[in-house]
Amino acid sequence: MTQTKTPLLALHNIVTTFNAGTPNEVTILNQLNLDVYEGDFVTVLGSNGAGKSTLFNTISGDLPVTSGTITLKEHDITHASVEKRTAFLARVFQDPKMGTAPRMTVAENLLLASQRGQRRTLRLRHLKSNLAHFKELTATMNNGLSERLNTATENLSGGQRQALSFLMATEQRPDLLLLDEHTAALDPKTSEELMHQTNLHVTEQQLTCLMITHHLDDALKYGNRLIVLDQGKVKFDVRGQAKAELTKDKLLSFFDTIE
Amino acid sequence: MSMIVSSIGQGLLWATLGVALFLTFRILDFPDMTVEGTFPLGAAVAVTLIAHGMNPILASALAFVAGAVTGLVTGLLYTKGKVPILLAGILVMTACLSINLRIMGGSSNVSLLGKTTIFSNHFLESLPKYFDSVYVGFIVIAVITVLLVLFLQTNLGQAFIVTGDNRVMARSIGINTDNMTIMGLMVSNGIIGLGGALIAQNNGYADVSMGIGIIVIALASIIIGEVVFGELTLNQRLVAVTLGSILYQFVRLLVLQLGFNTNDMNLLSAIILAICLMLPQFSKALHLNHVLQKGVAKYDAD
Ligand SMILES: Nc1ncnc2c1ncn2[C@@H]1O[C@H](COP(=O)(O)OP(=O)(O)O)[C@@H](O)[C@H]1O
Ligand SMILES: [Mg+2]
Repeated sequence: MTQTKTPLLALHNIVTTFNAGTPNEVTILNQLNLDVYEGDFVTVLGSNGAGKSTLFNTISGDLPVTSGTITLKEHDITHASVEKRTAFLARVFQDPKMGTAPRMTVAENLLLASQRGQRRTLRLRHLKSNLAHFKELTATMNNGLSERLNTATENLSGGQRQALSFLMATEQRPDLLLLDEHTAALDPKTSEELMHQTNLHVTEQQLTCLMITHHLDDALKYGNRLIVLDQGKVKFDVRGQAKAELTKDKLLSFFDTIE
Repeated sequence: MSMIVSSIGQGLLWATLGVALFLTFRILDFPDMTVEGTFPLGAAVAVTLIAHGMNPILASALAFVAGAVTGLVTGLLYTKGKVPILLAGILVMTACLSINLRIMGGSSNVSLLGKTTIFSNHFLESLPKYFDSVYVGFIVIAVITVLLVLFLQTNLGQAFIVTGDNRVMARSIGINTDNMTIMGLMVSNGIIGLGGALIAQNNGYADVSMGIGIIVIALASIIIGEVVFGELTLNQRLVAVTLGSILYQFVRLLVLQLGFNTNDMNLLSAIILAICLMLPQFSKALHLNHVLQKGVAKYDAD
């Protein structure tokens, strides 16, 4: 009973610096420590430029760390390539254009994403035999996506694109899901719907998820843990009951103390 | 009549270039200038080997390999060396000029007179005039097109397509976009090398300057195919390139009939393409401006 759970993802003393060795050198993540446990649904807050996206890019391997270690399931992945990490990690970006291939169809995008992290071989793809499954999957989003499986994604609405990006990230269950303000580019109603669907999927599939948001309400409403990034560190970290009892006022007064 | 047959034959042989360029210009979505070097390279390799008595099919295959290796160099410069693609292509193309002269033993033109080429076999020689190039050209482009269509339907082929469509997304689902880019440049330049080998054997010689202007010709076949046939699937578009290439040869024939000579062709091809680029609604429909602008941007800037 006293045994401590090992974290799924452990960031230890992470330092991420831009323009190292030049007069423009800036340290964005500064000795950051964060343990994420299996099943955590963490909402990530922080002012503009606090380094939230930098944190994600560091986890995904798009940015190299200056120092520190990243451990996933007790494997050191600090220097693993972006491609390698996709075997366990999926992302949804803020920009709807970034997450889908514009000239390929919805079904083609889904098929490509279903092989996330796998070796691509000279085997024929099996698009037709997957269509029924894709239809079911896209129908869960309730936004007409399932009627547009053979549409090039450049012809979708922003909301449909982001919903598709989300499905692409989750259809093959990732060990870790990173959502970077994935509803921020959408109108309020669409944004709310996608957030609702996101919550359903994450809780039903019991995904481990980090979700950056700039809506305090969303950060409070969703997830079982909330962290605030400031000056390159995790400055605030509440989970479970404490998170549930957190109010917007308390959060705002915390923000006042760090500014 | 024989002029028309000849044009069809030339169209089929030159279609190899259009199809090869389609892989980079259209699918990977960037301009690869290397091809102006790999085309004469393929010709030089094949002609020199044939002149030394090598089997012409083997020599043509080696021209493909030579082209692919050259594409590899451009790919490495671009992906690992972070050299903008336009510049990487120009560097390698320029280097090819010297290499080609080396291969051809210092002479700028090597003849195949009296040598056994792909076109010198009993069956082809029994055909009416110019039907040999139709026959060879058709088989080669049909095989290449079928192989490419099949390839694009594989998981690897899809990864290749998505690399050109959205590099960020491709990486985020675990596709090594550098490898896909290098692979595309190798296959594309390999096919160009093969095209150079075939066209040199058809002409009966290799010439160091034979690469000049071929990008415009290859692009013209892609664009004519797109303009004439409109909205198509990717597979259909590949076939349309060959039809566009044949149509281009017809236009060429027409222009020659009007009293222009072959020396004017580069000018005329360039004018035709320039018109396409200048008409805004044209260039918008054809994505060309976008592709050409992209060529001067740094690798990761997109
Ligand atoms: N490639 C880069 N080079 C230099 N500075 C950068 C780079 N990327 C981000 N930054 C800076 O790092 C800081 C954190 O950015 P980011 O992680 O995107 O913040 P946010 O928390 O808003 O997502 C910002 O000040 C930004 O200007
Ligand atoms: Mg951000």
